[in-house]
Amino acid sequence: MLEMSGISKRFPGVTALDSVQFSVGRGEVVGLVGENGAGKSTLMKILAGIHMPDAGAIHLDGKPVSIHSPRDSAGLGIGTIHQELEVIDTLDVAANVFLGREPVWGGPLRLVDRKKIHAEAGEVLKRVGLNTSPDLLLRHLSTAQKQLVEIARALSQHARLLIMDEPTSSLTLSETERLIQVVADLRSNGVSVVYISHRLQEIERLADRVVVLRDGRNAGELRGGDISHNRMVQLMVGRDLKTFYAGSTSQLGSVRMELRRFRTARYPAQAVSLSIHAGEILGMAGLIGAGRSELARAVFGIDRLRGGEIVLEGAVVDIRSPRDAIQRGVYLVPEDRRNSGLLTGLSVRENVTLPNLSQFSSAGWIRRADEAASAQASCAEFKIKTASAETRAGTLSGGNQQKIVLAKWLSLKPRVILFDEPTRGIDVGAKAEIYQLMRRLAAEGIAILMISSDMEEILGNSDRVAVMHEGRLTGILQRSECTEEAVMRLAVA
Amino acid sequence: MRKELGILTLLAVLCILVAALNPQFLSAANIQNTSRLIGTYGIFSIGVGIVIITGGIDLSVGSMFALLGVLLSLMLTQWHWSPLVAVAVVVALGSLLGGIHGFLITRLSLQPFLVTLCGLLLYRGLARYIASDAVQGFGAGVGFEWLRDFTTGSIGRVPMPFVLMVAIAAVMWVMLHRSVYGRYLFAVGQNEEAARYSGINSRRVIASAYVISGFLAGIAAILLAFYTNSVSPSSHGNFYELYAIAAAVLGGCSLRGGEGSILGIVAGTALLQVLRNLVNLLDIPSSLDFAVMGAVILIGVIVDQVLRTRRSTKMSADS
Repeated sequence: MLEMSGISKRFPGVTALDSVQFSVGRGEVVGLVGENGAGKSTLMKILAGIHMPDAGAIHLDGKPVSIHSPRDSAGLGIGTIHQELEVIDTLDVAANVFLGREPVWGGPLRLVDRKKIHAEAGEVLKRVGLNTSPDLLLRHLSTAQKQLVEIARALSQHARLLIMDEPTSSLTLSETERLIQVVADLRSNGVSVVYISHRLQEIERLADRVVVLRDGRNAGELRGGDISHNRMVQLMVGRDLKTFYAGSTSQLGSVRMELRRFRTARYPAQAVSLSIHAGEILGMAGLIGAGRSELARAVFGIDRLRGGEIVLEGAVVDIRSPRDAIQRGVYLVPEDRRNSGLLTGLSVRENVTLPNLSQFSSAGWIRRADEAASAQASCAEFKIKTASAETRAGTLSGGNQQKIVLAKWLSLKPRVILFDEPTRGIDVGAKAEIYQLMRRLAAEGIAILMISSDMEEILGNSDRVAVMHEGRLTGILQRSECTEEAVMRLAVA
Repeated sequence: MRKELGILTLLAVLCILVAALNPQFLSAANIQNTSRLIGTYGIFSIGVGIVIITGGIDLSVGSMFALLGVLLSLMLTQWHWSPLVAVAVVVALGSLLGGIHGFLITRLSLQPFLVTLCGLLLYRGLARYIASDAVQGFGAGVGFEWLRDFTTGSIGRVPMPFVLMVAIAAVMWVMLHRSVYGRYLFAVGQNEEAARYSGINSRRVIASAYVISGFLAGIAAILLAFYTNSVSPSSHGNFYELYAIAAAVLGGCSLRGGEGSILGIVAGTALLQVLRNLVNLLDIPSSLDFAVMGAVILIGVIVDQVLRTRRSTKMSADS
């Protein structure tokens, strides 16, 4: 039914897709798998009309089509259920199902035909097995139910192809079962489904065919009985399962920080215990949503702990706010650089000196010459490429912004630095500089926790790798045991 | 500096225009009276401006003037308190109310607009109730002559409120533009989350801005009460919060927070007062004074936006 051929898409600095082939038959459930960044989402965003491909053709029922907008996509009968649900909590179920295409009474006022909305909504809700009243406000529904509302919305637009991006990532086990049932029912009604998931067991159960992407290319395809967990992992990581490890030179020091039975609000039932040594880069791998960022946020005092303790150099410490963490020499380089790491409207100088202004002030009065000199020195030391220290931080490239966030901490006395996705959205040259910097910091005796969803980054920089899956620490690999496959196995548990 | 330059230019052009049309503008009496008003309005506009820099808003100052003015009159004429004590109580009460706003906004996560809007309603109502809706005067000033003379007097020929405003502006300038605390004010206004990630106690910083606003409103309340010499609880200070907000925004404070300067706020205040003066001097019906102000502010904002768009398109065309 759907045929995509030779699809390529470049973004500044990266080739997201390189001549990818992808097809879906009528009433077929196709599993789409690959590591983070393999190009799954980009491919589906092309179908959803969010991105335009640079090259390649899309045929629907044998006819060439071009999809310029989400509206085009919906018009062709393609419905997308995004990972972030796009529903409006303050409207009722029926209004959500018909959002943006409300049937109206005739006349110039275009009054919404509520009766029709409710009647038709009731029908599609039955098809997805949601037995709530169409009058119920969305905020009273669970995540799983909201997802069914989204599916109902797609079906009411006569979708013949449903794209589901990680549909079960925030569902409980029983909700997942229910969703799998809904997908199976859709298939028997002739609806085609593209099912993206990191949970390979679900793919195994559901998919008629599996397409594997790796680094933006087709890595292979499995059908029927060939679909197995192990085969998928093999294709996802490639055949050359060699060990990396170029960087590590440092000796492990004593235990710098220890987390004991550490529980976060995201996964309150899972207790994580691990320790980070002085001079070590502990990589932390896992799939998106495994609870790694939440762990870092809790250590840094942004989120409250649900239980457990933080032990720093042998002493239990109470960290309730970033201030507490900073005072103890524990710093976070956050994942969301532009919102949490950087004050984009302030200058490079103001950003770099923000957490340690006391060094440049007497009785609350900033010694501007000292401050400026220090900012200059930081720009030089960290090779921050900027016209001057007075340039607005938000105008610099991602790599330079990240160096600012780092420079800001390093003029203090770090004992532990938590990096969350340190090189996301950063070009290759700046990546290498940040890796060297991390290694240098470790060599100076700082303990580093590096959360990353980039497999090469994990394998290339870590002394040990801790792997998480759904809030649980599924294993810690010594550097000799580290292979892509081993990490992936633990990550999908 | 660019934003201040724009408003200072506008201010200068306006002054020259009014002076050319009516030389009365440059008479000593007119200059003195206008600068007296600039002083009084400037003091509380600085407070409101600082709140705006943190990304908040303070709508309560106008009603605070009524409440504090009524109380000041009672303390001095009915209860015969020492003027020093009365002044201290008014200023402390202003700061306390600001502190309550700050507490509600940062600890209970209420929206600044709502909290201070409730303040606007609440303090106005309290003022009218306490005064039984009757005008409160200061009589002959027996027992507090010096306070009245001080607030309505001059140093040389410069009116006292203007002198006070300059002193306060100088202190606030240092605090905002040269101190660690001032840097934190901008940081929380720019991006509270990133400020918190840098170890700034953003709640305390934000709450303190409301305390400053209340403190300065307390000082302005005393000056204003003696300037009008009587406090009519239902109208005293009406709309003054909007003068302050307009002054701050004209002076380059962004309502999104993180931007602004003391010089800009003072220039904005001066511009508003010159506009009111212009309405008087040019025989424009005084019923039009709000309309004139609204029109000039709107034109200024439009010109600013057009220039900025042009500049940024030019920049992107260059690169």
